[in-house]
Amino acid sequence: MNMVFASLKKKLEGADGAFMLETEVEIAGGGITAIAGPSGSGKTTFLRMLSGLTSPDGGSLEVDGETWFRGEIGKTPQVNMKPQQRKAGVVFQGYALFPHMSVLGNLLYASRDRDMAEKLLQMVGLRQLRHARPANLSGGQKQRVALARALMQQPRILLLDEPLSALDERMKVLLQDKLLEINRDLGVTILLVTHDSSEMYRLCDRVLLFEKGRIAADASPRKLFVERETTQKFAFKGEILEIRAVDAVYIAVVAIGNNLVEVVIDSDEKEDLQAGDSVIVGTKAFNPTVRKFAAKDFDVSRL
Amino acid sequence: MSEGFDIEPFLLSFRLAAITTVILFAVSLPLAWKLSQTRSVFKPFVEACISMPIVLPPTVLGFYLLVLLSGRSPLGMFFGERLHIDLVFTFEGILIASCIYSFPFMLQPLQAGMEQVPVKLLEASYTLGKSKLQTLLHVILPNIKPSMLTGLIITFAHTVGEFGVVLMVGGSIQGETRVASIAIYELVERMEYGTAHIYAAILIAFSFAVLMTVYLLNHRYKIPG
Repeated sequence: MNMVFASLKKKLEGADGAFMLETEVEIAGGGITAIAGPSGSGKTTFLRMLSGLTSPDGGSLEVDGETWFRGEIGKTPQVNMKPQQRKAGVVFQGYALFPHMSVLGNLLYASRDRDMAEKLLQMVGLRQLRHARPANLSGGQKQRVALARALMQQPRILLLDEPLSALDERMKVLLQDKLLEINRDLGVTILLVTHDSSEMYRLCDRVLLFEKGRIAADASPRKLFVERETTQKFAFKGEILEIRAVDAVYIAVVAIGNNLVEVVIDSDEKEDLQAGDSVIVGTKAFNPTVRKFAAKDFDVSRL
Repeated sequence: MSEGFDIEPFLLSFRLAAITTVILFAVSLPLAWKLSQTRSVFKPFVEACISMPIVLPPTVLGFYLLVLLSGRSPLGMFFGERLHIDLVFTFEGILIASCIYSFPFMLQPLQAGMEQVPVKLLEASYTLGKSKLQTLLHVILPNIKPSMLTGLIITFAHTVGEFGVVLMVGGSIQGETRVASIAIYELVERMEYGTAHIYAAILIAFSFAVLMTVYLLNHRYKIPG
């Protein structure tokens, strides 16, 4: 069953002029969908249009069989449900916890259902901290409070704007597991904006890649990242730090994420490469290969 | 030396200030909220109108209020004929004048405080199903306590300290419009410096205590962030 049907248009002001954000997308219930794409491509606006915090210029939005928006460009919309009426849980970038309320207070503000609040705090592992103030929590804890708060109203869709971007790797993985658990146990449909390809791969069954306001790619993370035209077994994007000659071959030191790797390259390959180049380090069979990063390669860093 | 001391002008001043503060708080709260949320082209116009008393000489304001409130003006006629209240040289008259004169001192801190509450908090509240009124009461107000206290205290103190407008609209009628600041003026005119000293010292102590309170409270609220 389709949970979300979003055919929305909105004019946006970008860094190089105005452009039209146009989405035409159906999202199945129960899944986790990643909204990816470069900054200023309309990801956050898309999420805001779903939650009702930003009004589209025109189009229609249906969630779980209910019309949340319908209107034509230049006219007053026929339907434009307020954010208060939409059953959309939102986790904001920066969490937006109410500083004057305790953790439990933040949850109970959403709904006075104490049992539900205790259950959700248990689920995100914060029962011990229920009386703490947000100012005294770590980033990961704040994130979990925001998540639990957004679930208090039993939303039909859960919208997360870069929920894990400010957290360290360990906390990221922990919270990714939490999200998977929530998705599985509560069956809530999740849409999240993310730049992190490993996050998409671990969490999401679908990636919508936004570019200049349009959905440029719509596929499973596996299709997007692995099953590309190459037959490489693995491929990472990195940056060459230095190339040095060793006997008849050359060794390139490549920074991939936080790791440094040394890759043997031959003189033909060396011709094309120099320190500072962005490269793809991949392997066919057993030998790692290094080749110049080309635009046709899917640019993971821009996600 | 102090045989002329009379507590009545102070009581009158405090009564006037207390009622003015309550009225202005009630009026300013929704207006400040509206102004903090709107992007209307009329916003600067409204803000400029309300802020006029800060820059206008009290005599100018007092003069126009006198004209506006007099028995021959439509407003004065309405109050006089329908409610049997005279607005000139009466407590009700200086109350209206005080409300206009002290309006910006209540509105500005409230509006500034509300504008500083992060938009995300309001949006979070809306997505949690809360109306604008619920958001105002449960999210905005608890987060602007220093601004509220500043508005309340400064409005009270400013009303106690006003002189020109009250004199123009209310004159100096004992027990009705002779507030502390006017009483001092009259004492000086009558050369009763001793009593004037006492009155003035009380007002200085009061003003200092008020400002000290504001700064202490603001300091305390700022520390936990």
